[in-house]
Amino acid sequence: MKTKNIMIVGVGGQGTLLASKLLGKILVSKGFDVKVSEVHGMSQRGGSVVTYVRWGDKVYSPIIDRGEADIILSFEMLEAARWTEYLAEGGTIISNTQQTNPMPVITGAAEYPLELDNKIRALGINLDCFDALSLANEAGSSKAVNLVLLGRLSNYFDFTQDEWMKAIEESVPPKFLEINKKAFELGKNFKS
Amino acid sequence: MKQLMLGNEAFARGLYEAGCAFVSSYPGTPSTEITEYAAKYKEIYAEWAPNEKVAMESAFGASLAGKRSFCGMKHVGLNVAADPLFTLSYTGINAGMIIAVADDPGMHSSQNEQDSRHYAIASKLPMLEPADSGEALRFAEVAYELSEKYDCPVIMKMCTRIAHSQSPVEISERTEAPAKPYEKNPQKYIMMPGYAKLKHPVVEKRTLDLTAYAEETPLNFTEQGEDNSIGIITSSTSYQYVKEVCGNKYPVLKLGMINPLPPEKIKAFAASVGKVIVVEELDDIIESFCKNIGVDCKGKELFGCIGEFSQNLIAEKLGFDTGKFEKLDENIPARPPVMCAGCPHRGLYYILKKNKVNVIGDIGCYTLGAVAPLNAVDSVVCMGASVSGLHGFNKANPENEGRSVAVIGDSTFMHSGITGLVNIAYNESNSTVIILDNSITGMTGHQQNPTTGFNLKGDPCTKIDLETLCRSVGINRVRVVDPYNLKECDDALKEELAANEPSVIISRRPCALLKYVKHNGPIEVNADKCIGCKSCMRIGCPAISIKDGKAVIDATLCTGCGVCKQLCPKDAIGC
Repeated sequence: MKTKNIMIVGVGGQGTLLASKLLGKILVSKGFDVKVSEVHGMSQRGGSVVTYVRWGDKVYSPIIDRGEADIILSFEMLEAARWTEYLAEGGTIISNTQQTNPMPVITGAAEYPLELDNKIRALGINLDCFDALSLANEAGSSKAVNLVLLGRLSNYFDFTQDEWMKAIEESVPPKFLEINKKAFELGKNFKS
Repeated sequence: MKQLMLGNEAFARGLYEAGCAFVSSYPGTPSTEITEYAAKYKEIYAEWAPNEKVAMESAFGASLAGKRSFCGMKHVGLNVAADPLFTLSYTGINAGMIIAVADDPGMHSSQNEQDSRHYAIASKLPMLEPADSGEALRFAEVAYELSEKYDCPVIMKMCTRIAHSQSPVEISERTEAPAKPYEKNPQKYIMMPGYAKLKHPVVEKRTLDLTAYAEETPLNFTEQGEDNSIGIITSSTSYQYVKEVCGNKYPVLKLGMINPLPPEKIKAFAASVGKVIVVEELDDIIESFCKNIGVDCKGKELFGCIGEFSQNLIAEKLGFDTGKFEKLDENIPARPPVMCAGCPHRGLYYILKKNKVNVIGDIGCYTLGAVAPLNAVDSVVCMGASVSGLHGFNKANPENEGRSVAVIGDSTFMHSGITGLVNIAYNESNSTVIILDNSITGMTGHQQNPTTGFNLKGDPCTKIDLETLCRSVGINRVRVVDPYNLKECDDALKEELAANEPSVIISRRPCALLKYVKHNGPIEVNADKCIGCKSCMRIGCPAISIKDGKAVIDATLCTGCGVCKQLCPKDAIGC
């Protein structure tokens, strides 16, 4: 099979790494060759973060290049816009509609672009965006945004519910398991 | 059963399986997790050393005592440890010793883009270079065997994309390496001229022996291609990009051993193909070697020596199609890393900016004080350069003394700030050094250090007292301030700059992200009182923004540190 590519993008501290860890775990258990690539360090302090998840029969490059991502899972609208050119033809962007101002916007040196959703759709890109933060709050914690988005992403995979739940149980502290499972379900079943 | 492992985690697993018993490192992105994962194995003694030089010398001591040892560092860390590196090449080792160095092409988290392969050549030590997690694991055992067979430390070269990428690995059980008895051997271990002169020919002979090994080892292998008009010589991540783009089209010589290189193997490969193309990130190490042995090839003229490679770059240069993509015609604001909400460095930096002092900076989270809106740092070079740089800055122009400071973190101060402070005391510059003591090594992800009172394994240990240390090297004026208290910081800065002798200000408050730190909880802006003057915006806190002409504080980010409250002229914050 052709190598599949998912980019997970967001703002440092939003929990993007848990999403890629969980996805990687399922993919390896399914027998795929997998590479998950992340950058630690500077990017964690509120900066733009990106994780690459690739799988197939044989995966070589650890990164995803422009025009290659089948899906971009974005935790924030500006980040979805930033990485748009990494999307492959016919690819999908799944994005949280949350807006987090970067420092240049906070200081007034730049403006947060308006109507990013419409502008992305105008390029003919399939954009699946929704308010994941509200759903996370509904599940019991604003920190569960990552599981809401992962639930949404699960609709694009043919893994069983058991496979997802097992991976969640193995990746999340028991104390937060119920909130995270609920967040996953809310994201999965949300109708926009 | 295969499992996903980070390159650094797999490397640590390889060390464990190969019987490594001693680890000493200094953290540095992207090398840090090798040591953190190694420390999880109870069979391995692991520690954070104050700097890379100490780490390497300690690892050598452990090797001398007969245990397989390891030290890890980032590329610039090897500069610090270069002194022992070059002479360990002469002494050789007793039990196997591995030195890991992790390069950072693209400078994701570094101050330069140096290519560590030069060190292997210059120190005449073997260097292996894995291309994924599986190789990182397997190469550890090979490196120990080489180290013991050829009597020298072996360098393992990692890079960001190998260190911080996960790929599947097969794990095995640990094989204990029996301790090698230590035997006194002055001619081997004492490098004074008489003995060193005897050793240099041994080193040269070893390089010849290692070259013969490089010709035969399966670490360097050829993959056949369908089209022999081009042959590609490559290693590390570049190999992955080449295979991603070319598949099996062109023959590939993949090098897992990067020093010494195998001349006959390369010549034979070149003879079997039309044109030779060398794909390597950063400098032209392999390419120059090829040209030196008379193999015509192209490399840097195609790919350059700046930044990271990617599959699209390789595709474009080799004439393959790249994926089509749409670009949003929109000015997307950058999202640079910032000091976190509640970061104790913020208040101190605000005071430095307000007093318009020259700030000779250093390496750590606090380098972020250089960015807008604080813009409070004048220079950043390398670990420790703040303290010694300030000394020269003040000596060369004494007028600087009353308007300049050095800022350095607790871990960086222990790493290489102490000697600079000794110089300030000894050579008597009237300098003011500020130690930003946030009780942790922050930038690399919360590692313990000699000032925190805990060791790498998390056990309580001797805590170095910074005040006593500074006083003992001859600084009489040492004081501690709370960086959340702006007035206290302002007063201290003014007094110490005015004082007629060197001084140290310790700005002390633990990193806001440490789990044990209890926060006051978010504070709010009273919109009725707020006049929208943006005074609170001058500290660059990510939790504060202006909406509809009034300041608002994001309750999910705010820790309640109260620094912004002290800037508000209308008492509109937290009241």
